[in-house]
Amino acid sequence: MTGTVTPKARLTPHDRPHSYVGRSLSRAGAKRAVAGKGRYTDDITLPRMLHAAFVRSPWAHARIKGIDIAAARKAPGVRVVMTGAEVAKLCTGPWVGTLTCFPTMKSAPQFPLAVERACWHGEPVVMVIADTRALAEDAAELVEIIYEELPVTVDKTTALGPGAVVLHPELGDNLAFEKTIDIGNVDQAFESADLIVEETYDFARHTAVSLEPRVLLADWDAASERLQIWTSSQTPHMIQHVIANTLGIPDHNVRVVAPDVGGSFGLKIHTYGDEIATALAAKVLGRPVKFVADRLESFGSDIHARENLIKARMAFTKAGDITAVDFDVVAGAGAYSQYPRTSVFEANQILNITAGPYKHKHYRAKATVVYLNKVPSSQYRAVGHPIGITVGESLLDLAATKLGIDPLEIRRRNAFPDAAFPTKTASGVKLADMSFTRCFDVLEKSIGYRALRADQAALRKQGVYRGIGLAAFIKGTAPGPNGYYGVGGAPISAQDACTIKLEPNGGIICAVGVTDQGQGVNDVMQQIAASALGVEMAAIRIISGDTDATPYGGGTYASRATAIGGEAVHQAARALRAEVLELAGVLLQAKPETLDLISGKIVDAATGMERLPLREIGRIAHFQVGQFPNTVHPQLSHTRRFRLLDDLYIFTNGIQAAHVEVDMETGFIKHLKHWVVEDCGRVINPQLADEQVRGGCVQGLGGALYEHCVYDENGQLINGTMADYLTPMSTEMPDIVVEHVVTPTSASELGAKGVGESGTGAAPAALMNAVNDALLPFEARVTAQPITPESILIALGRV
Amino acid sequence: MKAPKFSYVRAESVEHACKLLAEHGDEARILAGGQSLIPTLNMRLSRPALLIDINRLEHLAGAIFNGKEVRVGTLTRHADVMLSHMVAKYLPLVAEAIPHVAHVAVRNRGTFGGSVALADPAAEMPACLLALGGRLVLQSVRGTREVAAEDYFHGLYQTARAPDEMLIEALIPPQTSDERSSFKELSRRHGDFAVAGVAARARVKSGTISNVRLVYFGSEVKPTLAKTAMAAAEGKIWNDATAEAVSTALASDLDPMDNLLGKPATKLHWQRVLTQRALDDITSKAKAA
Amino acid sequence: MKTEETQEITCKVNGERITRLVPVRQHLVDFLRMDLQLTGSHIGCEHGVCGACSVRVDGKVVRGCLMLAVQADGQNIVTIEGLTDSGEVADLQAEFVERNALQCGYCTPGQLMTAAELLAEGEISTREEIRTFMSGNYCRCTGYHAIVDAIETTMKRREEASRAPRPAKGKA
Repeated sequence: MTGTVTPKARLTPHDRPHSYVGRSLSRAGAKRAVAGKGRYTDDITLPRMLHAAFVRSPWAHARIKGIDIAAARKAPGVRVVMTGAEVAKLCTGPWVGTLTCFPTMKSAPQFPLAVERACWHGEPVVMVIADTRALAEDAAELVEIIYEELPVTVDKTTALGPGAVVLHPELGDNLAFEKTIDIGNVDQAFESADLIVEETYDFARHTAVSLEPRVLLADWDAASERLQIWTSSQTPHMIQHVIANTLGIPDHNVRVVAPDVGGSFGLKIHTYGDEIATALAAKVLGRPVKFVADRLESFGSDIHARENLIKARMAFTKAGDITAVDFDVVAGAGAYSQYPRTSVFEANQILNITAGPYKHKHYRAKATVVYLNKVPSSQYRAVGHPIGITVGESLLDLAATKLGIDPLEIRRRNAFPDAAFPTKTASGVKLADMSFTRCFDVLEKSIGYRALRADQAALRKQGVYRGIGLAAFIKGTAPGPNGYYGVGGAPISAQDACTIKLEPNGGIICAVGVTDQGQGVNDVMQQIAASALGVEMAAIRIISGDTDATPYGGGTYASRATAIGGEAVHQAARALRAEVLELAGVLLQAKPETLDLISGKIVDAATGMERLPLREIGRIAHFQVGQFPNTVHPQLSHTRRFRLLDDLYIFTNGIQAAHVEVDMETGFIKHLKHWVVEDCGRVINPQLADEQVRGGCVQGLGGALYEHCVYDENGQLINGTMADYLTPMSTEMPDIVVEHVVTPTSASELGAKGVGESGTGAAPAALMNAVNDALLPFEARVTAQPITPESILIALGRV
Repeated sequence: MKAPKFSYVRAESVEHACKLLAEHGDEARILAGGQSLIPTLNMRLSRPALLIDINRLEHLAGAIFNGKEVRVGTLTRHADVMLSHMVAKYLPLVAEAIPHVAHVAVRNRGTFGGSVALADPAAEMPACLLALGGRLVLQSVRGTREVAAEDYFHGLYQTARAPDEMLIEALIPPQTSDERSSFKELSRRHGDFAVAGVAARARVKSGTISNVRLVYFGSEVKPTLAKTAMAAAEGKIWNDATAEAVSTALASDLDPMDNLLGKPATKLHWQRVLTQRALDDITSKAKAA
Repeated sequence: MKTEETQEITCKVNGERITRLVPVRQHLVDFLRMDLQLTGSHIGCEHGVCGACSVRVDGKVVRGCLMLAVQADGQNIVTIEGLTDSGEVADLQAEFVERNALQCGYCTPGQLMTAAELLAEGEISTREEIRTFMSGNYCRCTGYHAIVDAIETTMKRREEASRAPRPAKGKA
């Protein structure tokens, strides 16, 4: 029988035993989804299930003077109505979103629902539980809240100024976090520079807009005092701990299951007050309670991200060498630092990665994160990278223009050569196993760079303005344990784990701590396990997304699933394989090293002759274990954990290119084509890797072209609908060519780095550089994202 | 995000619907395609006491040419307008505009009459109707009346329709064989509401344009006939000087809204660019013919 | 407070005759998902923008969140479950899997419902035309390229199959 994962006979396990790695196998989960048989949390209905709705603050900042829930309590179908204060009383204490690894950081205590004061438009204030969501919403309208509207802070550039309203008086000011990196002698480098380029960049606030909103279903079993949670989450173990800890239940009595997850992008690595309150309601009522964030409340309560203003400059020699980088980031966080991951990573990451591909030595970067009366911001796909990469790559292009150097050439000139690794960036992060030179070469060929430039010049003469934009990048993936979260005190594991078991019939159960949101994590784990163990794909069942059934792990975030979780699977599978060969050796009276496990059969390593099917080992070791001598104790189950050692991240690298045409009369941009060449190390499943890159690019392009959470001066989110918050749609998006250069990471045996975010990280920079390249004949530039048609007309001086 | 409670009646006839409207006034809403109404219900932004569903009044659907004008029934789905031979033959402006209306699933359900009755400032059909000098037939228990498109659109979502009246059909004079039309719009993404748009028509004879009619939408609170710009173009050769005059005149015709989609000056600029393109298109269509 | 008004409806859903009492304010997708457990149609926005709830009503794809369940009375509804069972787009579904034209899968039923309508037209479209036809269906995962590929491939295969000589009658 051939592998059952693929419908085609393109792979039999017999033609390349042990090597599912590197194959584009189709996903089992995809078959379910196309038939409409996906099972998302909202698809689960439990007997006597109730529904939650929340009354949310209509003000960005208001004192809660009184709440009258009497009418709501009496409304049809209502089971309980709870105010923020009532919810708070049943919690072990407030959250404080700080990490000790950021010593200067501060944040205010936060309860699941607002108590006394609402600090953002959309903050939950009162929870209503009723028989249906419609009835809960009916009753929510009957809750009367007396607010005293308070002045707001919504502008990050004045949040620390005199007279700014301080969101949390006990903190003294609105400063969440401040950090400066100052390496070398930046001032001197600028003084002696041949060319200094300087610009200010403005990046709008985004939100993830996963198509499946946040959703949580909680069920309390009073008899066993166990709480069962189904939720759309990337990180079940973290959610388990936060819920358990907040509600005062032992962690092991909280089971978190993440069924199919309808898009996540970092949005679903966080904990949210409304979800905690929902779990609490289930405990209070002893009945299952479901909360589905509707699209309007998603915009006002899902984490936001970005919102950075960066003043930056870069120093160059005449020849085009970068000599120094200096920038200052002001980041607008929301009303609280998001617990437990905090709201300062974006700014911190910008400090780490800006101008990261290049071998300059003098680097100064300052980050200031301030609190605003807006939705809390936190980690969202490609944290910090879209911003840092845009700043570095944009300044580089500006210098290239001024120096008369081709953009590709100036990158070649400055990038670390492939022989330079391991090395460190000026910002101090370690880079290893990288391939800028090779990536640049592949890209140049792939896009037909010279011909495209010639074409551009010819079209310009006809009044057609096209631009080619390049963006080289480094991308931090698979964070290590000594950088941030866990070491800073958060209940977040940088380690991940796999438990792999041999079943009596030769089947393999492989439980992993990482989770699948449709990227194909489970399939990739299966490919890795089958390859390392030496069995057919079909022999392996992957279990993920269930805290009762999987070994403790960090889950899927920061492009870590394959790099960290995959290596754990690889190691666990190798351990099981070693035991299987030991046991086979005993049964066959052969030395284990003379045996091999290929395609589910124990074979003679030298001749390939079959000696015993794997299922015989399973059968004997489980049912007739007496066949083994008393000194042999089959375990048949192996757990391996993997983490990075000293490194902050496994950095990946690559380059993207965008080709655009700008209508200079209207300012509208047509994105003609996009290219990515990247190095995510060993590629386990090329098709899945490519699709991560493509989808990631379009998410980045969304930020570059459309996405913007718009607040007015009163802190009202004024475009919180899907009709008003624009995300990329099919018509405007380009075809995307993806190629890989493979330099396996030396951090693991498997050699895989992360691939989920590099598309998002560099696409905005490539797009902005392409637009500015098109605008070049008009001596106009745009430096703010999203790049709207209006912003182009303003840059052109046409309006 | 569930709709608040309301009552629902399926109208058995136009008379039935009108009777209900007379009884309930502005507490009642006609439910046609529902593509704009139902979102506002789901968001609890509108709270009618009664929905009067006219979807079974099939005689209100379809576009026919009666020898004098094209009658577009209020319940004609956008998708059917798109497929209509009558529209293609007699109303090429509408045929050119209709692909800009939303997306396939919305066109399959949304109706011509619903769009006109709602009078969204960025909607395409009201602009076409005004450009083509159509008339709207309104019925109530008080009787039936016709309102010219020029008198129908009053302001932002404001029309001449009284709360007890129902829009029955539009009567649109066919475009003549000696005229050409052009429909141009800019929207951030395909199918989005327009940030600027023009529905234009004119007769072209040896380069001279006459009977010019220019209607702007997207930027204005309502579809707007640009009379000054039309006058500036009337009887002129379409050349740079005329274009300049039209462009200048447009400033006195338009009063663009200031909103998330752009500043007034930007929208005026877009409308000027679209005007140039529409009239270029019209003259080149004339040349090709 | 106004009482919950309900009406009895009878409709055909995926070929099966269904009679139910529905609250008149309930939209079609909630009815399909909650009352009929047809959870393949998803709710993404409930204001008619995202397309995750796309279903076929009397032969045409519509937004399930922009139609009331009570309006389904007497109508013929097909959801992704019915479309799957009928085999109408089995080739497209296989191509979506093969091309990995989906990731989280939440938008996918809606994408398929819409693409089915394009394929039913029986004509070859350019990539740009496919993109435009599909422009009312959000996907946040794939970046659309693979979806366009899958539809384009299916379209071409159908075209080739329709031009292939048919076996003579009576022959296997």
